[in-house]
Order: sequence, then C-alpha cells, then structure tokens
Amino acid sequence: MSQDLMNTLQQAFEQNVIDIENYKKDGRKAIGCYCLYSPVELIVAAGAIPLPLCGTKNDPVAAAEEVLPRNLCPLIKSSYGFAALNTCPFFRFSDMIVADTTCDGKKKMFELMQQYKKVHVLQLPQNQNVEKSLAPWLDEVRIMKEEIEAVTGVEITTERIDAAIDLLNRERDAKKAVMDLAQIKPSPIKGSELINILFKVGFLADKEKGIGLMNTMVDHYKALAENGESPYTAKTPRILISGVPMGVGSDKVAKILEESGASVVGFENCTGYKQVFTVEKEGDRLDVLARQYLSIPCSVMSPNTGRLELLDRMIRDFKVDGVVDLTWQACHTYNVESFSVEKHLKDAHGLPMLHLETDYSDSDTEQLRVRIQAFIEML
Amino acid sequence: MRAAGIDIGSRSIELVILDNSGIIEARTADSGFDPMGVAGKLMDKVAFDRIVATGYGRNLFEIAFEGDTVTEIKAHARGAYHLFPDAGTILDIGGQDSKVIRTNGAGKVTKFEMNDRCAAGTGKFLEIMARSLGFTIEEFGGAAMTADDELPINSMCTVFAESEVTSLLARGEDRLKIARGLHSSVVRRAMSMLKRVSDDGPVVFTGGVANNPCMVRFLEQLTGRDVLVPSEPHMAGALGAALIAHEMMR
Ligand code: SF4
Ligand code: SF4
Repeated sequence: MSQDLMNTLQQAFEQNVIDIENYKKDGRKAIGCYCLYSPVELIVAAGAIPLPLCGTKNDPVAAAEEVLPRNLCPLIKSSYGFAALNTCPFFRFSDMIVADTTCDGKKKMFELMQQYKKVHVLQLPQNQNVEKSLAPWLDEVRIMKEEIEAVTGVEITTERIDAAIDLLNRERDAKKAVMDLAQIKPSPIKGSELINILFKVGFLADKEKGIGLMNTMVDHYKALAENGESPYTAKTPRILISGVPMGVGSDKVAKILEESGASVVGFENCTGYKQVFTVEKEGDRLDVLARQYLSIPCSVMSPNTGRLELLDRMIRDFKVDGVVDLTWQACHTYNVESFSVEKHLKDAHGLPMLHLETDYSDSDTEQLRVRIQAFIEML
Repeated sequence: MRAAGIDIGSRSIELVILDNSGIIEARTADSGFDPMGVAGKLMDKVAFDRIVATGYGRNLFEIAFEGDTVTEIKAHARGAYHLFPDAGTILDIGGQDSKVIRTNGAGKVTKFEMNDRCAAGTGKFLEIMARSLGFTIEEFGGAAMTADDELPINSMCTVFAESEVTSLLARGEDRLKIARGLHSSVVRRAMSMLKRVSDDGPVVFTGGVANNPCMVRFLEQLTGRDVLVPSEPHMAGALGAALIAHEMMR
C-alpha cells in the first residue's frame, strides 16, 4: 500500500511534465526559483507555475565545471550544469527565473546564467533586522511583483495574492503534516521517503493534486502507526539532518544513515522544515510577505539565530537522539556555522552532532559510512 | 571461549585471539590486492568461537565470512581503553587514514574526527617521503631525530610535498633536516585534529605510525601532553575488536 502511494506520486510527477507542456501551450507562464527566499505567492497570484530549480543531481556537474571552478558548491554546479546542458525540462519550461543574492557562489553563477534565460535577481539583505533590512527587501519584493506582471501580463491584485496565500498555506500545512508523521515514535515513514515526497510534490503544477496526495499519505501512514507498523522500533536511533538543502539525487547521507540502522526523522533545511510557516492575510500584503520570507533562518544571514530556535523546536518535537549537520563542499556559510550549531546542541541539549562535508558524487560513500556507523555506535 | 578480532586495513591486516587469560595469538600480514584472501590465510588453523571485524574491509569480511562488524572508531577506542584505562584520548595514524577519538570514563566514544580522504598526514605520506629521501620507513624516524635543526615543509599534499622535497635536495639541503621538517609537519597536522576533539590529558598513540620514535617525541614536545604508546601500536584495532567479540559471548 505504501508502495502504491509512491507509485501514484511517481505517475503524478511524470504526468506533470506533460501537463505543464499543455498549460504552456494555452499561454500559462512558468517561473523558476532557486531559493526559499523568493515569495512564491507572487508567482502563483499571477497564474504562473512556480518551479523549484535547485540542482540535486550529479550528472550536470562535469559540464558546469567547464565554466565554473571545481571547488564550488555542488548545488550551484548542478543548477548551472542543468541550464548549460538544457537537460532539465523545468528549466526549459521557465519563462523567467527568480533568484536571490544569497551566497557568493550562487549570485555570481546567476550572472553567467543570464546567457540562457532571463534571470531576475532579488537583492537579499544579509541580516534579518527588520528596521534596517525590511525596507530594501520590501522594495525588492515590489520589483519582483512588477517583473512578474510584465512577463505574465497579469495584474497581481490583493484578491489574487490572498488566493495564493490560501493555497500555499494549505500546501505548507500538508507538507508539515507529512513531515510530522516522523514525530511518532517509532516513525511509520522513512526519511528517504519524506525527501522523495517533498521533492516531487514541489514540481507539481497542480497544487491541489499535490495537497490531495499528501493528505492521503498522512492518513495512510497514521493508520500504519496506529497498527503499530513501522520500519523501526522504539530503540532505533532518531536522527535529525540539519544544514544544506537535499533532494532526490543528493540524498546519499540520508540513505547511508538508514542503511546503518538509523531512522531519519526530520530535515532542518530548505527541503524540510524551513518550509513550514503560515502567511497571514492582513495589512499590506507585500509587507506581510516580505517580513515572512526575510525571517527564513538560512546560514546566508548574519546572525542566524533563528536556525538554533528551529533546531530547539525540532529536537523536542521529533524526539531526536543525534544531529547530522550536512555541508556541501565549499559552502562556507553552513561550514562555518557548523561550529556554533555543535556548541549549541551540546550546551542546550547534551546532544552529539556529526558534521559531514561532501558533494553529490558517490566517491566518498565508504568514508561517509565509517563516520555514520561510528556516530550511530556512540549514541 | 576464544574470541577473535580482525582489523582489515588498507595496508595491513591484524588478527588477535583472546581467551579469559588474555591474548594468546597475534598475527599480521600485508593486505595486498586480495585482502579477503589474506584474511582467510591469517585465520587458517586458529580456532575461535566468535570473530568481530573492523577496518575498511569489515563489510566485505562480513559477506565473505561469518562475523560481526564494528567501525574502527569503536574498535580503537575499546583497544586503547583496555591498554590505558585512564587516558580519554586516542590518536591513531594508520597507513591511509588518521583519527582522533575521545572517550568517557567507561571507554565509550563521545566524539571523533577522521581524515581518510587523502594521504596527507598519514603513514602513506611518511612512506613516500622516506623513499624520496632514500630512507627505509624503519630508519626514517630515528634519522630525523639526529638532525639538530629542521627545514620547514609547507605543502601537506603528498604530491606537492614530494616536489618540495625534490627542490630542497636540488638546492643541496641536508636530507636529515628535511626529514625532521617532514615529521614535524605531520605532527602539526595531527595536532589540529587533536585540538578539535580533546585539549587535555594523556594521548594514547596507536597505528603503525606510532612505531616511529620521532613522531612520538615531537607529539609529546609540541602538545606538552603525555603520549602513551602500546608495545604493538598497530594491533590496537584488532585487540579492540577481539575484546568486543569476547563481550558479545558473555
Ligand atoms: S539554503 Fe539558503 S540560500 Fe540555499 S535555497 Fe535554502 S534559503 Fe536559499
Ligand atoms: S549550499 Fe551553501 S554554497 Fe551551496 S548554494 Fe546553498 S548557501 Fe550557497
């Protein structure tokens, strides 16, 4: 039965490519995004299809290295490689790209990406101090709205924004409900299944379909849990993965953890719990969106205390035994932040942390396995 | 009841057999290109009731033979705890990797770090450098200690360090001073890893590189900590695995 649901998801994922092609023939626009900081509500409000484009596969990395330095984050190389090779259907569908000046590697890569697509870059502030940073950020959000209106020919009214907020709040709630399944001890769902669901649903142009699928999954796994069915026992070590984004193709650490006998219960990253928030429909909608999105706790912000608060919450709610902090090679912001995260976990929770630095290739699988197995042995 | 531990490393394989009275057999062999074949030969004609494998070949061993596995982190921690129960820090420098492990009073691992992605700072590095200076690995450490001064080596990468050594030789520099410089660069590298995991108390030094007297002395001098070296430092992992096998039988 779990397998049936995964098959349905896979079919929806494949059908989605055909759907988008048809929508586009009918004149609907698609807009690609590379970061959680871009307010998707504005894309949906314009009737366009939002597509998350962050590269999660190793295949295009070699092509990207013809232009980009080798010692750059694999997520950036993968994203650029897909564009240069034109092998990602979702990149091809995009009429415009919305990107943000997050880390140095990404913002410089976007300059090069301009040769393939129209890339609109939002100047993201470096800190979340509302007095200092909200005004310029709100300005960026406003310009983004105008750019989208120009590309789609749709005027983004408050009514349209409200409808988008409602839809996306429901989608975020559904994602949260799926992720919260793993709060059950033992979890009825594997971490690698969670990634698969979150990743694939993210591309669905028909958001209602995605929400419906996720709700069915929640019911199904809850029923399993009530019957006491789980791939794990109450003794299985429960691991929280923190750090950089992951997706299908860049999920090797989650898989090795599971092969080594752990239950991955949560993701404190963009793929996972950083997506969990609710946008209120009150006051100036652009202001509300700007505030909400600015508060996302990513390591590109300085300081980034929100991440520690999110970790605190997740450690409690997901009954975590150990944290694996993942850094993509050459991601300086997450790499440096690892030190503060480890200290916080130790001081505030007495929890051990394993810091892993790796890329998208399989070349270090066995080295990762030793560290991961040793970490699990010590829990 | 006899318990066995086997440590299948990239350079050598060690086997330790214990019974209630202590170690009754210890063997070692080069891993070669067929580590499972070598492991099979090492175990030839020794009787034991249970075996635990560790080292990078442990998962292959589990498939080829009957046995349990533990990581080299746990095995070294267990071995070192047996040899020096009061020391909470282990530095292991083997043929192709190095690691630092911190244990609590009961010998349980609480923190560790590993370098196993490149040869820098490992036995392999020293071996290649010894060769380019015309020493055998056995005489390398002793020779380095006779130098009254050292030439700093800046590259940690094996390939770059080798060309640095070549150019120093071409300039007519004393090979003993170069040898000494190489040893202290490996020690400094180990120290940065050591500091991240544990910053006080005695250090148990294991792995083949702990047989090198210059490494031991420099480690002691530069860290100011007591360095404890078991009589057969390369056997610590296999010993730990055997002890774990022994506990499993109880
Ligand atoms: S990790 Fe940070 S920069 Fe990267 S996509 Fe997420 S929010 Fe954006
Ligand atoms: S993982 Fe780090 S380096 Fe890579 S895109 Fe995200 S913030 Fe930038």
